[in-house]
Amino acid sequence: MRAFDYVRAGDTAEALREAGGAETRFIAGGTNLLDLMKLEVMAPGKLVDINRLDLGGIEATGEGGLRIGALVTNSDLAADARVRRDWPVLSRALLAGASGQLRNKATTGGNLLQRTRCYYFYDRGEPCNKREPGSGCAARDGMNRILAILGTSEHCIATHPSDMAVAMRALGARVEVEGQGGAREIALEDFYRLPGDTPHIETVLEPGQLITAVILPPPAGGRQIYRKVRDRSSYAFALVSVAAVVAVENGRIAKAQLAFGGLGPMPWRDADVEDALVGETPSAALFDRAADILLAEAKGHGGNDFKIPLTRRTLAAVLTQATEADQ
Amino acid sequence: MTLETTRRLKHDTPDTDRRLDGMAQGVLGTGMDRPEGPLKVSGRATYAAEAHPEAMAEGYLVRATTIGRITGSNADAIRAMPGVIEVIEDERMIRNAAQGMAGESPVQRQGQVWYVGQPVACVVAESFEQARHAAQAMMVTIEPDGTHVFDAEDPAAEVEKPEQKQLDQGDLEGAMSAATFSLDATYHTPSMSSAAMEPHASIAQWDEDGVLTLRGSYQLLKFNKAELADVLGVAPDKVRILSPYVGGGFGSKLGLAPEAVAAALAAQALGRPVRVVLHRRQVFETVTRRSETRQRIRLACDAEGKLSAIGHENLVSQLPGEVFSEPVAQGTHFQYAAPNRVIGHEIARIRRPAAGSVRAPGEAVGVTAFEIAIDELAKKAGIDPLEFRLRNVPDKHPENGKPFSSSTMEATLREGAKRFGWTHTPPRQRREGEWWIGTGMAGAVRVNMMIEAMARAVLTGQGVRVECDMTDIGTGSYAILTQVAAEMLGFAPDRVETVLGDTDLPPASGSGGSFGAASTSTAVYLACMELRERLAAKLGVKEPELTLKDGLAIHENRQTPLAEILGEEEWRALGHLQPGKAGQEVRQATWGAIFAEVAVSDVTGETRVRRMDGTFAAGRILNLKTARSQCHGGMTWGIGLALTEAMEHDPRDGHMVNRDLAEYHLPVNLDVPQLGVHFLEERDDWANPLQAKGIGELSVCGSGAAVINAIENACGVRVRRLPATLDQVMDGLIAQG
Repeated sequence: MRAFDYVRAGDTAEALREAGGAETRFIAGGTNLLDLMKLEVMAPGKLVDINRLDLGGIEATGEGGLRIGALVTNSDLAADARVRRDWPVLSRALLAGASGQLRNKATTGGNLLQRTRCYYFYDRGEPCNKREPGSGCAARDGMNRILAILGTSEHCIATHPSDMAVAMRALGARVEVEGQGGAREIALEDFYRLPGDTPHIETVLEPGQLITAVILPPPAGGRQIYRKVRDRSSYAFALVSVAAVVAVENGRIAKAQLAFGGLGPMPWRDADVEDALVGETPSAALFDRAADILLAEAKGHGGNDFKIPLTRRTLAAVLTQATEADQ
Repeated sequence: MTLETTRRLKHDTPDTDRRLDGMAQGVLGTGMDRPEGPLKVSGRATYAAEAHPEAMAEGYLVRATTIGRITGSNADAIRAMPGVIEVIEDERMIRNAAQGMAGESPVQRQGQVWYVGQPVACVVAESFEQARHAAQAMMVTIEPDGTHVFDAEDPAAEVEKPEQKQLDQGDLEGAMSAATFSLDATYHTPSMSSAAMEPHASIAQWDEDGVLTLRGSYQLLKFNKAELADVLGVAPDKVRILSPYVGGGFGSKLGLAPEAVAAALAAQALGRPVRVVLHRRQVFETVTRRSETRQRIRLACDAEGKLSAIGHENLVSQLPGEVFSEPVAQGTHFQYAAPNRVIGHEIARIRRPAAGSVRAPGEAVGVTAFEIAIDELAKKAGIDPLEFRLRNVPDKHPENGKPFSSSTMEATLREGAKRFGWTHTPPRQRREGEWWIGTGMAGAVRVNMMIEAMARAVLTGQGVRVECDMTDIGTGSYAILTQVAAEMLGFAPDRVETVLGDTDLPPASGSGGSFGAASTSTAVYLACMELRERLAAKLGVKEPELTLKDGLAIHENRQTPLAEILGEEEWRALGHLQPGKAGQEVRQATWGAIFAEVAVSDVTGETRVRRMDGTFAAGRILNLKTARSQCHGGMTWGIGLALTEAMEHDPRDGHMVNRDLAEYHLPVNLDVPQLGVHFLEERDDWANPLQAKGIGELSVCGSGAAVINAIENACGVRVRRLPATLDQVMDGLIAQG
């Protein structure tokens, strides 16, 4: 680990003041950042500890949604009675991630900013455009079982590893961000960037900007499912995951909000897939058509080719479960 | 000076006295708690990295990222970094861990990088973080030395076919073509890691007399001492290794590893203690892995399922310069009877990190593939796979006609089937929602070995002290040796102190190959028997007429406290076991049967093990609890082998890609159901005077096959390339339509 400066901020204003330089990182739970710093995959010159900031708590919003403080732990969020009742897909996604110990420490804001689990990103002996811009991508022709099939570029095929963010994407969450220029809200769909030729830039956050909360819109109702497919029963990242919020009225699909993990560099959502479903009668053929749309641009890299049929089958199973009568 | 006498046993003949059955204390065989358990769970057991000698410096290994000749480094710049004391680039550094029982140095650095990931230097600094940071900044220049091969199946791989490891008896091909049913299938198992919980760690300290004390985490101390002395070029009596507690080994700590050598060299160069702990990623790369295997299995049988031919030809990989090669067919030689037999063994010399012994070397992968093949042939023949196995139980060694020391194959199969409630059904019969449910079974077999071992027992009027350099790698050595001494000398276990893990004590067997408990227990037994003889002589009775219990000597209706007999004296005795003809005149082995029930998702191909039950026979069970724990662990290994574990090597340079515990998937709690473990208690007189055999590895050998066979029974998909990851099963489901 490279030596670094450490500042414990007392409030948001102080944190923002301290977070000037490009070499600075905020630290909350540190469950991902510290591992990366030990390996020197990340080597910030300065850490601003935000754990003393008043960014905890989960509050109802005026519009009937929830405002989740950036420092709310994954465990607390998953256990919140309101979340369990009205946004159950979020609770299920959280509990499908990491381990009990990690969820006790990991925070809402930090979870959104997790780095990829690409093997080559973690390995300083290998080229990686995300870690070291311009060095190349070892994953494309190497081991890529866990990597992306959607939204990739020739420069990077990494996936975003979060489960929480997938559920939030399905729910249409917004991220509240504060910087020297003031506070603003960013829709989660606008929060992440595709890799293109700058895979090291993963979000639209500017240096020194701090996530202060995540806003959930009012309860979406419907049937909510989070299904995560992985290489062991627990404590593994998603090969494919599906967050679904689906309502059926009078035999037709009235609502379909679907987000996917394990497929792309960001929690993936495709409006065309949802448009194709809404207003239709559930059927195997319809679900297959939805998968066709979702996977039209999908590209495997050898070791992850299986994700294409796996996604198709998992999506069909989730939609079948979500639209079955009398559950 | 107290008199110390020695009792030797060259084990040439069966021991039919079964003296332990005549002892009175009643502690051996019980599930006694580990005496050191409270120390471990309260953090007071000091593991290798946990000592803090004064002025200790911290070392961190530097990793090579290409293969070739070392031509230079930026060591001078590294020396100038904050906190850095020295950069060790000693040519005596070792490229990978020694093989088990090598007793000599593995290949040393000598200016050469053999594989990507090889440690090439050690940076020593005042603090751990300084050392790690500087090590990560260090660059070694390496001149490529040609093109290399990284896959054993690459046609360009250099392949050896050692004469003594091939067998051709009868006419396999004739039998195949004449058979009613036959199978010719190829199986693959992946490169695997021991992945012990405690990473390798060593603290080295030299005293003014030039004696090195190394606190390490090792399994075979007498060999490790010889290895370290050989590496350093010093006499063995200048090396002392302390390894009182070891946080798991599974083969990875059989041989001296690079961190111990680096710590010793650095401590010598600096004249102060040095600690080197391997990072988890370094453990994966520099400690020997289990070789990947390709296994072609040919089987032939008649209409009744009687085997007429067995072929098992395998290909494994290894770095140049290593003697060991995964003995895949070790169990195949004798597990099943059949007159026509071919066994082939090929070793591809490739540039992946060195291979070595990992938990049940040979049978773990060999029996697993073979038991899948047996299942496949039984299916072709339309015979219940349990019944198929029962029809092929050998009554003697099928290749050389030697008798078995004991044969419990049939008994474990029958008992295991009864306990599990085995019924044979065709595939794709049971469904719960999207999940196919099926059952599978497999036999388990593992060779039994004894290793030379010495141990001391020191008797006083108040109790016994047992001393040797045996290790307890989590297996329960402290408990078992305590129980043997307590039983033999008639003391409650809390009157027995067992001191282990110090090469200044008599050299025991060490832990490995499932030989530790039986070999070292025999040495303790012999030492205790020697003391019993002396007690009997002092009391004027014959030893067999002497009963020892609760600190009393009971003979001819009289009770004499040992405190009275010994007074203030301390009686010392050495036990010394030397393996003899008993290991060659018969085939000694342990047997078992494993049954599993799985659910397979028809959507994703995910497999969940729902039930697993093993029945094992391994001679006398010395401690019911630790033996059962070993079997739980072994069956969990089987689940990992079947479903989750695979070390992936980059096709371009052979380096280990998934070298952390997030991406090397050991089974987690949710992957492992309640495991049933049952023992068939037996007495194997050929094994040793305890009639005990190794139990540690047996349950690994076959458990994976039971799971793979259950997958086929559940959903009809036969997996021949392990592990059965969901994509393979899903592809099979898609192919079935």
